[in-house]
Amino acid sequence: MSEKQKKATAYWKENVRYLFILLVIWFVVSFGAGILFKDALDAIKIGGFKLGFWFAQQGSIYVFVILIFVYVRLMNKLDKKYGYNE
Amino acid sequence: MSVQTWTYILVGITFALYIGIAIYSRAGSTKDFYVAGGGVSPLANGMATAADWMSAASFISMAGIISFAGYDGSVYLMGWTGGYVLLALLLAPYLRKFGKFTVPDFIGDRYYSKTARIVAVICALIVSFTYVAGQMRGVGVVFSRFLQVDIDTGVIIGMIIVLFYAVLGGMKGITYTQVAQYCVLIFAFMVPAIFISIQMTGNPIPQLGMGSTLNDGSGTFLLDKLDGLSTELGFNEYTDGSKSITDVFAITLALMVGTAGLPHVIVRFFTVKKVKDARKSAGLALLLIAILYTTAPAVSVFAKTNLINTVSNEEYANMPVWFKNWEETGLLAFDDKNEDGKIQYVADKNKNELTIDNDIMVLANPEIADLPAWVIALVAAGGLAAALSTAAGLLLVISASVSHDLVKKVFKPNISDKSELWVARGAATVAVVIAGYFGINPPGFVAAVVALAFGLAAASFFPAIVLGIFYKKMNKEGAISGMVVGIILMLFYMTKFKFGWFGGGTEADWWFGISPEGFGSIAMIANFIVAIIVLQFTPEPPEDVQEIVENIRIPSGAGEATGH
Repeated sequence: MSEKQKKATAYWKENVRYLFILLVIWFVVSFGAGILFKDALDAIKIGGFKLGFWFAQQGSIYVFVILIFVYVRLMNKLDKKYGYNE
Repeated sequence: MSVQTWTYILVGITFALYIGIAIYSRAGSTKDFYVAGGGVSPLANGMATAADWMSAASFISMAGIISFAGYDGSVYLMGWTGGYVLLALLLAPYLRKFGKFTVPDFIGDRYYSKTARIVAVICALIVSFTYVAGQMRGVGVVFSRFLQVDIDTGVIIGMIIVLFYAVLGGMKGITYTQVAQYCVLIFAFMVPAIFISIQMTGNPIPQLGMGSTLNDGSGTFLLDKLDGLSTELGFNEYTDGSKSITDVFAITLALMVGTAGLPHVIVRFFTVKKVKDARKSAGLALLLIAILYTTAPAVSVFAKTNLINTVSNEEYANMPVWFKNWEETGLLAFDDKNEDGKIQYVADKNKNELTIDNDIMVLANPEIADLPAWVIALVAAGGLAAALSTAAGLLLVISASVSHDLVKKVFKPNISDKSELWVARGAATVAVVIAGYFGINPPGFVAAVVALAFGLAAASFFPAIVLGIFYKKMNKEGAISGMVVGIILMLFYMTKFKFGWFGGGTEADWWFGISPEGFGSIAMIANFIVAIIVLQFTPEPPEDVQEIVENIRIPSGAGEATGH
């Protein structure tokens, strides 16, 4: 394997690891907190919101936005590390 | 000034603005027409994506659906935003690096096959037509209520406007019109929401107002009040659903994956300069979308509470003007079953006297809350901006599928750039006419139709694209059979349970208890499984295709989008 290819493979591996972590969070806040564990979380109340309901209609969306911006930052750093930035 | 005058003024000004922008940024080449010349900034692309994305369904129908569905409505909120995470992480950067004009372009090249390209074109056409029909209907509804024309005339006026700027401007024209449309629609959505939030809870931020106490001095939380009112009338608690967890899960997943697989959303990311910009503009798009999507559930709560307080057990003769106005459109109907002259709005179907169309909740909301005339007119302009921007984006996908993917890539490869541009314009015109026909003879109400388009996108494109990027060894046989099985399965299920074909069926016959709206997730899984099984028995993709895959994984050197 050439040096160039090794670099590409290493970059791809790190990228996939980030994706995995971010998608786990994506799944937990929406399908987890908003759907599967909604009833349990509804026992907790913050202001007028039952927590599970809040995650389903508000919280998950906030987290989605944050996730993408975190991804943008991580990838910009990763691109720099491997010299793929332009 | 009356609502009518305000509506004419605001709709007139915004339409003039869109047409002005379209003339100013008209397309000169196929590259302008398909990918706006390829030099759109991340922010402009984010705004255009948001406007493209937020359709008549998001603007007009969604808050209304949530109003009546309560917690069950969360599927739309999570589904139509969560898909952007998939889009940003799994698709957008790689497709931008790949750097072609359309989604069938990617499928055709990655799977080195004309058959794959044609299958992708057919899927793109089915998805886009299903979706665009709903938009034209939305345009018709807004016109009929606010400009006092009948729905069909409204659809035709909408067709002419869209035709004008999509055909003239192509992607370049619609990108900059969509930037303006985003501003109009978000302003139109937020102003009444903020007014009503202050009115009801004293909190100017609707997202917080929704969880605050009522302004009437009772100290009751708004959501508790609504839960109470709902159970009193025999409905489910607002914050609790009636759908099964399995179905909610399936619908949310289908909508998310469908979002990521919609061709008119994906192509937006071909218009930016670099891979880095594609990621960033996906983030900006979701941020801009989230403003509306976190406000909508608050609007639902406000509107539902207001509605119950206004109509429940009140004399029909004392109803405010808006009630009569909406009765005329047929979207609101009162049938005095027990002849007591009062309105009974209850869960029991035999006793309920009020039928309300979902779409009213947003459109009539400012009137119900007694807001000034210009706010009511603003909502009309916003609804039109939402419907027109999405319709234009979809028409572009349809025309590009025909002129670029079929005519240029399959039938007539040596067609000149000029002629291809004219074929694209002709295809857009035909598409508008077909969409208008469906708008006048709609197969269901706006969001129901749109929801099914997501199932189709989830079942066809998403697996093929994701496998194309993340599974280097995936070959054409696998991808094609996956797409074919996915979309046919979805079409079968949808027509069986929605239109009663193939023997029809009721809720009791649903497979795994999953509704047609959620079935896209099952069809998607079927697509993945079929693709991987077929792969085991067919040859590996050629070396140069595997190199394409290696190449799209590296962000640098994206260059410009090309059609060749």
